Amino acid sequence: MSKVDDFISTEAVTWCPGCGDFPILKCLKESLVNQGLEPHQVMVVSGIGCGSKLPYYIRTNGYNSLHGRALPIAQGIKLVNHDLRVIVVTGDGDGLGIGGNHFLHGMRRNPDLTHLVENNQVYGLTKGQTSPTSEKGYVSSTSPDGSIEFPANAVLMGVSGGATFVARTSSGDPKHMTDIITRAMKHKGYALIDVLQPCVTFNKVNTYQWYKQKVYNVETTADYAPKDRVWAFKKALEWEEKIPIGVIYQVEGIPTYEEQVPALKEGPLAYQDLTGKVRADAEKLKESFC
Amino acid sequence: MIKNNMTIKIGGEAGMGVESGGSGLTKALSRGGLYVFALQDYMSRIRGGHNFFQIRVSTQEIFTFVDDVHLLIAFTKECIERHKHEVVKGGAIVFDESLGVDPASLKEQGVKACPIPLSKIATEIGGHRVMANTCALGATAGITGYDFERIKDIIESNFRKKGDEVIQKNLAVAKAGYDYAHDKYAKDFEFKLEPVDTDPAKRRMVLHGNQGLALGAIAGGCKFISAYPMTPGTSVFETITAKAGKYGIVSKQTEDELAAILFAIGAGHAGVRAMTTTSGGGFSLMVEALGLASITETPVVICEVQRGGPSTGLPTRTEQPDLDFVISASQGETPRIVLAPGTIEECFECGWRAHNLAEKYQCPVIILSDLYLSSQLRCIDRNRFDITGIKINRGQLLTKEQLDRITDYKRHLFTENGISPRAIPGHKNAVFMTTSDEHTEYGYAVEDIEPRNKMMEKRMKKYETMLHEDIRGPKLYGDEKAEITFVGWGSTCGAIREVVDRLRKKGTKANFLQFVDLWPFPADKTQSYLEKAKYLVAVENNFTGQLAGLIRKCTGIKVDAKILKYSGRPFSPEEIIANLSATKTTAPARRKGGDPLFGGKKEAKIHV
Repeated sequence: MSKVDDFISTEAVTWCPGCGDFPILKCLKESLVNQGLEPHQVMVVSGIGCGSKLPYYIRTNGYNSLHGRALPIAQGIKLVNHDLRVIVVTGDGDGLGIGGNHFLHGMRRNPDLTHLVENNQVYGLTKGQTSPTSEKGYVSSTSPDGSIEFPANAVLMGVSGGATFVARTSSGDPKHMTDIITRAMKHKGYALIDVLQPCVTFNKVNTYQWYKQKVYNVETTADYAPKDRVWAFKKALEWEEKIPIGVIYQVEGIPTYEEQVPALKEGPLAYQDLTGKVRADAEKLKESFC
Repeated sequence: MIKNNMTIKIGGEAGMGVESGGSGLTKALSRGGLYVFALQDYMSRIRGGHNFFQIRVSTQEIFTFVDDVHLLIAFTKECIERHKHEVVKGGAIVFDESLGVDPASLKEQGVKACPIPLSKIATEIGGHRVMANTCALGATAGITGYDFERIKDIIESNFRKKGDEVIQKNLAVAKAGYDYAHDKYAKDFEFKLEPVDTDPAKRRMVLHGNQGLALGAIAGGCKFISAYPMTPGTSVFETITAKAGKYGIVSKQTEDELAAILFAIGAGHAGVRAMTTTSGGGFSLMVEALGLASITETPVVICEVQRGGPSTGLPTRTEQPDLDFVISASQGETPRIVLAPGTIEECFECGWRAHNLAEKYQCPVIILSDLYLSSQLRCIDRNRFDITGIKINRGQLLTKEQLDRITDYKRHLFTENGISPRAIPGHKNAVFMTTSDEHTEYGYAVEDIEPRNKMMEKRMKKYETMLHEDIRGPKLYGDEKAEITFVGWGSTCGAIREVVDRLRKKGTKANFLQFVDLWPFPADKTQSYLEKAKYLVAVENNFTGQLAGLIRKCTGIKVDAKILKYSGRPFSPEEIIANLSATKTTAPARRKGGDPLFGGKKEAKIHV
């Protein structure tokens, strides 16, 4: 059995005091311990941004990639070693903006990944510009008169795009977050978590207080029906008045991408022989061109 | 009579069966023991337009097409108009009599007009007009006197999956075409074809450059390919995908080229030999990830099959415009290797060698091919593809046993030669991090001066190791000492070799330096050749002469002349020879001044 100490990295954390990323780091470690996972069994792939520094601060295998590009790298890794538990960490600009195409196409494949979108509705590491999830009217150095775009909604995109597990949690509620991460990782297939994660330095609108007033646990409501996609759409559209957290959509029993790839039936590709099959078949292979 | 030495050109609209008829004939000739070189020329459209397939036949091995055509098979009037002037005296043009072409108009140039009711035979005997190309295949054998059994053999294997009825109909149509052409035109046609060896055990392979590349990659243990379709790189992807199930390969079509290379980088990081394939446009999108692979020291192979640029450019035409680009493409200075095969055998070799080099140096390796090489078909002896003899070198990849003993694993350990022992994620003793940020030996981001400098030097040190241990100098073809020395790379190699052969036959000492390993540039292994050269001519399918520029940058030596072509069409040997004399009349004193594009004195530069 692992313990939280096993996941402590030697690196000093550089996030701003009070950053909404701290609870994510803590909850992820707790969830891994709760699942009985050990550091070498886990791979965390991130993009670029404040939140994408997370792999430095947790002792697991880590790949801090390019801005927007975590998902395809993670899918490549998972296809080659499906024994690894792969977690993808992106921000909102990272995951939904510059990496938007990978997000749309990644989820419809149902790879067995857990994707945390650290959603602070602002570009933090570049000092406070408008992000794809910034509210309409959001004022920043790149939208001084207020953003005139509609914000992207990760949960809505997940429900419509073919994600088989879609949840939302909040950095203001760590207990809830640990539970959601664990359930997402136990889900077989692509699990999306929209993490409401305040940027205490640059986003003066969507604060801990703001979220606290708005969020409610959708799983305790009377009509809770996460297997019903139409219901999930309705919940996904909620934002202005109240913001639902919890598992909003989950469909089980859909085969993962990796399960459907013939070459992986013999176990992880990483441990398979490289040339045995082609060498044994060399003459026939050449004959096929004659 | 001239036997087994001719060129047949088949042309018509896309959708008329030019490609299937041409490749069928190529195989039928190959199965008769003849050597064939086939050039495909097609437009970026699925129906209509004008495409052709040009087949040169010989009893000697050949590496290029030539300009002269002996038999033109035309499915359209446009084909006749475009190509009738290429047909030599005594040659023939076979065309569908329904085209209404006046035979007298062709006789003027000494060409035989041979109308045949191709579509009528196809409709009446086969039941469908679409078999007109089968009829033409039969007619080609008929007029040249080629053994009909070889045509029958190909029709049977090509249509096997479609069932006996389709085979029988096609055979009947081909035979009717054969008989018609044989009875009516064979007597007066002096170019003949005859099988020289029909032993199935000695059959040669017929394949194009992209198939050679795919075969090499599979044989070299490539277990993962991810790509986005882009002409002319796609057929590497398709060839590997067709064999993926059989050989345990994962093949993934991705949402775009960014994802294509990133999937491969993920796969390489997790422990398999991975590659992607594209053309210049797709490669442009991959550039950011190229820097990533370099700094995270992840092996990955990229096939960049060039086409005419810039931008969408000439999607189905050939060019060599991306050499400068692939050598330097990246944010920051990063090590990579660039290999440019010139023949199909070299495509095969690059296919597996690239994976050895990528794993040894833990960096991207780019195979730079082009459309002409990717789609040219040749007959090649099977023993040229030594699948079982390939030595797999996985470099510093740590085995499970080594990992069981390791403590304090550093993924980016500083070493003498710049290469660090490489673990794949999943072992208890090697839980590790890597990042696109500059980093420490452990793979944690760092901005301090000393570790930055040391890590930069470590990565760039790989170049020295590559040049010392693996990068080869140019291949010398022709005379050791020569009056004229050609330099070139990639698909121009077949035509240049034949130019050298022809010059030597006429008594001029000539040679050719063919560069396969282009980056890091093997300057030390090149300098002595170039210094000895009396008259140095670069032949390249681009506007600026990029190899000539690279040679100058890396050795200080300037070529005397450049013969450059950027029309989207490949060089023929005749064309190079014709332009050679022009370079001599315009060439100034050698190796003085700069390039006219960038200021300085003008050198001889011939744009073809």
